[in-house]
Amino acid sequence: MKKIEECSKAIAEAVKLAKPGVIAAYPITPQTHIVEALADFVGNKELDSEYINVESEHSAMSACVGAQATGVRTFTATCSQGLSLMNEILFIASGLRLPIVMAVANRALSAPISIWNDQSDSIAARDSGWIQLYAEDSQEAFDTMIQAYKIAEKCSLPVMVCVDGFTLSHVYEPVNVLTQQEVDKFLPKYNPKIKLDPKNPVTFGSIADPSCYMEFKKEQHEAMLDSIKVIKQINEDFKKQFKRSYGDGLIETYNIEAKKIFVAMGSVCGTIRELIDKNKEYGLIKIKSFRPFPFNELKEVVKDKELIVIDKDISFGAGGALAIELKNISTNVKSVIAGLGGRDITIDKLKKAAEKGGWLL
Amino acid sequence: MMREVPGKGEHLTPYRACVGCGEVIALGLIQRAAGEDTIAVGATGCAEVFSTPYPKTSWRIPYIHVAFENAAAVASGVEAALSKLDKKTNVIAIAGDGGTFDIGFQALSGAVERGHNFCYICLENGAYMNTGIQRSGATPKYATTTTTPKGDLRWKKPMPAIIAAHKNVYVATANIAYPEDLIAKIKKGLEFKGPSYIQIFCPCVPGWGYAANKTMDIAKLAVASRVNVLYEIENSVLKINEDPKKIPVKDYLKLQARFKHLNEKQITEIQAHVDEEWNSLHKQ
Repeated sequence: MKKIEECSKAIAEAVKLAKPGVIAAYPITPQTHIVEALADFVGNKELDSEYINVESEHSAMSACVGAQATGVRTFTATCSQGLSLMNEILFIASGLRLPIVMAVANRALSAPISIWNDQSDSIAARDSGWIQLYAEDSQEAFDTMIQAYKIAEKCSLPVMVCVDGFTLSHVYEPVNVLTQQEVDKFLPKYNPKIKLDPKNPVTFGSIADPSCYMEFKKEQHEAMLDSIKVIKQINEDFKKQFKRSYGDGLIETYNIEAKKIFVAMGSVCGTIRELIDKNKEYGLIKIKSFRPFPFNELKEVVKDKELIVIDKDISFGAGGALAIELKNISTNVKSVIAGLGGRDITIDKLKKAAEKGGWLL
Repeated sequence: MMREVPGKGEHLTPYRACVGCGEVIALGLIQRAAGEDTIAVGATGCAEVFSTPYPKTSWRIPYIHVAFENAAAVASGVEAALSKLDKKTNVIAIAGDGGTFDIGFQALSGAVERGHNFCYICLENGAYMNTGIQRSGATPKYATTTTTPKGDLRWKKPMPAIIAAHKNVYVATANIAYPEDLIAKIKKGLEFKGPSYIQIFCPCVPGWGYAANKTMDIAKLAVASRVNVLYEIENSVLKINEDPKKIPVKDYLKLQARFKHLNEKQITEIQAHVDEEWNSLHKQ
């Protein structure tokens, strides 16, 4: 059913359709509309979930870990300082191989404090062992959310679905919302093999000495690499069932025949498409999956192209995180730092970026 | 007179703890009290480290350790999931005093305020023993630790009173030398509709500096001297469970290396504080 609704509401609708057993929520701008919509669903009995109003994001992720380990789907949402606060538990969620799904309404990090958008928050959580998927518009956010549960559960890895705070999270646009029947057909019931169950007691979260710690980390890395296949397959399955897809599930291209190719993540891709529609000398590679990073898939399209990599983040003393990755597979990378703390990225600015690179102030 | 400790199950499953560890005795009693239909959440600390060396485990019930400061938050999630699954399984959270009085304080207060149906157990030994005896908010005044080498300067945080102030919570103190009382309190906590907080006094051989075979003696002396008062708070009413024939606090202090530097003035001050606490608990 096509509805005009806010992206945050669309995300909440997708979560509702995935039927999480437990939702743990702590408010932070601009994530609030997602958890408010879910609270309404639970309040109206449209969704039969336990909704925990936790006292911090650290506890939100901790409660999700406890609930997921007990055998139910979970959800939380956060961004910025909240994501930083739960950082410790992100690593534990992935280390325990719990398929928790979280939405991130990307927002800049303090100091100075800023409630506006950039992607420094999720980029800073890059190495936490979470699959990171970035959505460009509300439809993609909705679809990715549904897919995220399936990917997470298939890979035993947690997934964060990132949407740009305000610039996407608060945007109203048409969204095709799936029915419960359709989602139930796509997303099987959650039935974990290992859980906290007195009938079959197990210990989660042991201490590992140097003789075995590395094996855990190697398995985690391999699971992350293997998730590339799973993400592609689930993108295909979704396409078959709902006639929508996003490239191969990892990257998506637009006018890739062009010589000058923008590489970007999230809502700025919409602006880049608009530029391309006016000027065919540019093309776009949208990175949907930042972790796992699709090196092989990119190698095939990057070739001899001139890459203009837009980073809405900055790794101080090194550069834009996306550009750093692209430099692994191309010698023709122009790094652009843009949109930090909500600075507008206009078509004119993008043209300037294509010429000079550097900081788009 | 010998009496059998109530409850079923192995009292002491194998642990890699220090000889004479008070926490091991507490863990055995907790498991006997809670029974098999229980999920345990453990905070980082001695008990977690000595009971879960991968690939082995001392736990015969489902157990999850996540981090240091979040046992109460993890337990909130476990309890919510059980509620969604319509299961009546007991949920216990176990943390040391560092994980309760200090770093886990916020998560505990949040979980108690939200009214989750779980039993939070603090194994109190008065310092960060797992990292090498550093001072915590539960360290007794004048006790030496590796971060208060001249003796701590503050009275310990009144955790049971703070948790009781949340209302609609069952609060109790217990001691490993009083197993029947301890077991009864855990059971009561688990039966209570809502959160419960039980603080168990657990002497620590290396942390306190006494002979390994004296753990039970020290635990008993703590009660006899009224350093560790056994009481419970139910519906805001405080009841003292053990009214021992009082011995001087000096008899408890003198057996422990952490107090060996005390002068008479300091001992008198501790005695006055113990008496004051006792009187104030009696008035409630």
